[in-house]
Amino acid sequence: MSDEKITLGFEGHRVEKTARVANGQPRPWDLDSKLEVVGKKHPRVDGLLKATGKARYTHDVRLPGMLWGVIVRSPYAAALVKKVSLEKALAAPGVKAAIRIARDRVHYHGDEVAALCATSLELAREAARLVEVEYEVLPHVVTAEEARRADAPRVFPKRENALAGRAQKHGDVDAGLAKSDKTVHATYRTQVQTQSALETHGLVAHWEDATTLTIHASTQGTFSVREGLAREFGLKDSDVRVLAEHVGGGFGAKFGPGVEGVAAAKLAREAKAPVWLMVDRKGNHLACGNRPDSTQEMTGGIAKDGSLLALKVSSYGTGGVAAGSSGVANPMVYKVPNVEKREESVVTNGGGARAFRAPGHPQGFFALEQMVDELADAIGMDPLEVRVKNDPSEIRQREWQIGADAIGWKEKRNREPGKGGPIVRGVGCAATRWGGQGGPAAAVHVRVDEDGTVEARSGAQDIGTGTRTVIATVVAEELGLVSPSDVRVAVGDTRDPIGPGSGGSRTASSIAPAARTAAFQVREALWRALAKQKLVTEESSAGAFSQGKVMLADRTVPFAEAVRLSGKKGFQWIGERIQNDREAAFHESGVAGCQFAEVEVDLETGKVKVVKVVAVQDAGTIVDALTAESQVIGGVIQGVGYALFEERIMDRRSGRVLNADMLHYKIPTAEDCPEIVPLLFPVAAGGNNVGLLGIGEPPTVPTAAAIANAVANATGVRVRELPLTPARVLAALATRDAAPALTPAKKVWR
Amino acid sequence: MPSEGWSRRDFLKGVSASAALTKAALGTQDAHAQEKPDPETAAVVEHLPAAGAPLAFTLNGEAKNLTVEPRRTLLDLLRQDLGLTGPKEVCDRGACGACTVIRDGKPIVACMVLAHDCAGAKLETIEGIGTKEMPHPLQRAFVECDALQCGFCTPGMVTALKCLLDHEPNPSLDQIKKAVSGNVCRCGTYPRIFEAAQRAAKVSSR
Repeated sequence: MSDEKITLGFEGHRVEKTARVANGQPRPWDLDSKLEVVGKKHPRVDGLLKATGKARYTHDVRLPGMLWGVIVRSPYAAALVKKVSLEKALAAPGVKAAIRIARDRVHYHGDEVAALCATSLELAREAARLVEVEYEVLPHVVTAEEARRADAPRVFPKRENALAGRAQKHGDVDAGLAKSDKTVHATYRTQVQTQSALETHGLVAHWEDATTLTIHASTQGTFSVREGLAREFGLKDSDVRVLAEHVGGGFGAKFGPGVEGVAAAKLAREAKAPVWLMVDRKGNHLACGNRPDSTQEMTGGIAKDGSLLALKVSSYGTGGVAAGSSGVANPMVYKVPNVEKREESVVTNGGGARAFRAPGHPQGFFALEQMVDELADAIGMDPLEVRVKNDPSEIRQREWQIGADAIGWKEKRNREPGKGGPIVRGVGCAATRWGGQGGPAAAVHVRVDEDGTVEARSGAQDIGTGTRTVIATVVAEELGLVSPSDVRVAVGDTRDPIGPGSGGSRTASSIAPAARTAAFQVREALWRALAKQKLVTEESSAGAFSQGKVMLADRTVPFAEAVRLSGKKGFQWIGERIQNDREAAFHESGVAGCQFAEVEVDLETGKVKVVKVVAVQDAGTIVDALTAESQVIGGVIQGVGYALFEERIMDRRSGRVLNADMLHYKIPTAEDCPEIVPLLFPVAAGGNNVGLLGIGEPPTVPTAAAIANAVANATGVRVRELPLTPARVLAALATRDAAPALTPAKKVWR
Repeated sequence: MPSEGWSRRDFLKGVSASAALTKAALGTQDAHAQEKPDPETAAVVEHLPAAGAPLAFTLNGEAKNLTVEPRRTLLDLLRQDLGLTGPKEVCDRGACGACTVIRDGKPIVACMVLAHDCAGAKLETIEGIGTKEMPHPLQRAFVECDALQCGFCTPGMVTALKCLLDHEPNPSLDQIKKAVSGNVCRCGTYPRIFEAAQRAAKVSSR
């Protein structure tokens, strides 16, 4: 253990810290580190495999003798399952096994009832029609409003539908509101959004023998699948091998084996053959997760000088059958001295919510950031000025300026909202915050072969976020290689060192420091071997590895040549992630970011067009600027979908989902895509030897809020419910003449 | 049991009733026998060989002579029978473009086309556009611009754009957007895709 002085922060805001560097660990990268590979733009290392269609996903796995599985789902939102007869299905051509999944009750449209496998997918689908299920249909309830009523049918017989969630309180909210010069009371609503990863959920299960199970899974957590199946079948973790070579997206919902995964493994055991069971698109919408809806009643108070004084929030929402899932994240970013918050989570007869890219955040920020705008309007102050005044984050203080300049806040802010037309324009903004510093357990195996080939292995998965590329970039930096493509990376096999699930924006941030430790140790070992051969005299290898070459005492040789000269058969090390050093970290409250949206609204049709989004995003140390920017762009586009189109629609009377497909559940396409300006804000973050903070989630948090604020700036009316459909915009516009128009700030910030 | 909406079978029946397709392309087979046959198509069903009918086309420059079930979609034929897993099945309803392949110079969604509708056609899939060793300029540009994240939409995107560049070597941004407007990317790579298409056009026209 040694103490090292490091400098964190960003240019213009340098902070000295003392890092306690454990034995065997490299000194943390800081603001003064001269990095050659890290921080540049690198194409992802598996890009060409994907662009040529050669990347193999679970959907594409074909094993000898493999059978095709399907799931039979409940057509009812609530029913008793009296009887499930599999005989006819089992007698159908090609069918090899069938199992019952449902117990005595189904709780939502799409709930799993049975599964079977056959020699072709067509035969399996045909046979699924022959599964006879006797239901006793029960009353159902699919909206949170109705489910909260005392006379509503109970989703689960033994418990109330509504459950009190987290409560939060500091200061005295009533006193704060009383002290406020202006208060605003409003209710904001957000919809149910489905993750809709393009590769649906599922896996291929293969019993090599009675206790050896090999799984190919489309998953965000290889080890979570392993653990789930080991528990289910009473196996040791190591009896189950999970492979996830490439994963077609996840967005939060793909953890654990899932009902379909357990079913596949059971079918495979019964049929004594590998079983492919990928959920179909409809099943994916119905049963594989969603973002819960929310209704947030808020009262906010503000002083004339723009200080936020109080915020009272009462919210409820439903994540279908998943209880306790509908909390909302606010106020978080702004310093509000008096806060009182109550949450209620309501169960309904709908598919269960699962984590979805920044759970609770887009909904919480949609409400909070509109409230901030409404409070600013109430005192006649520019909403950006109010934000800057109440935002304690040094990073975001800088980001607000960068973003405002990039969007042209001063020029584009509409001083006469709703005037003119039919096309009116406006701009709006919103903040984001997220954790994402990662931590154990994570380990990376780095190996250098005799011929100089460098390989890194991790059991974690790459769901499209660039895990492989991050590992390769860090290893290349540490070994002084030219580019990430000089490192072979293997991920997604639980026989390799443990890694985190890709949730909480923690894959890269957990793994990168482990990769660096491993590469550092390999470099040190190579250096010692070179010293033994009397080829180097310096005690430290620092600075000797650069641009693919190694500086020996009398000459500089290519990396592979140095390995050859070392006289060793190769080098390897498994680097382990250690806990973050909080004393030597810059961030106290997660990554900071903000977004600015520019919109056009057609006052005649109510159609909103997002013209441009500027996204300023802190991510600690930027490891690969290209893939980091891609993450930001992707988060914004998903936010555009959330803001404008995406909504799972349920029929109250039948309890069924009406748009469980990709035609009627509308995801943004090329024509909907605004101009997006991703502006990475690098911060030397410390906390560990890399200082990367994950940004899978934060860029999707503020987009809908910024768009909604821009719509209000364009039209002079506020749409407090997502998505901002033409119908909702027109309805809001219709109230314009009945209510006094909003008074926009006379003075614009800066 | 309430109606589950449109199934592919309903769709095919609808198509058959409208007599828009050749007789060979119609129908169902034995496994459907438990259902009451549709009187309009029953006669046709009887004449269809359950195990399949001969089908010939050119796939990525290679002649194929196959026996294919009349109900087989082109996508199932490619992915399940021929082992070409580049084209992806995502929506299975022609709504996402992930299964885009080129038939006689035009992009089609393979999940909505019966294999037998490709008789005599020239088919091109992502596998025929380029390889890791010899990538098409578009594929190279996709990598350089990071026009892919999870990569599941990528084969469809590349195929749709390849088709565009074949016809229009110097496309405008609007033409590019239109060419991929039927292709959904959930990760949100669109701006990078536009960039990649423009870069590939520049490289190809040099």
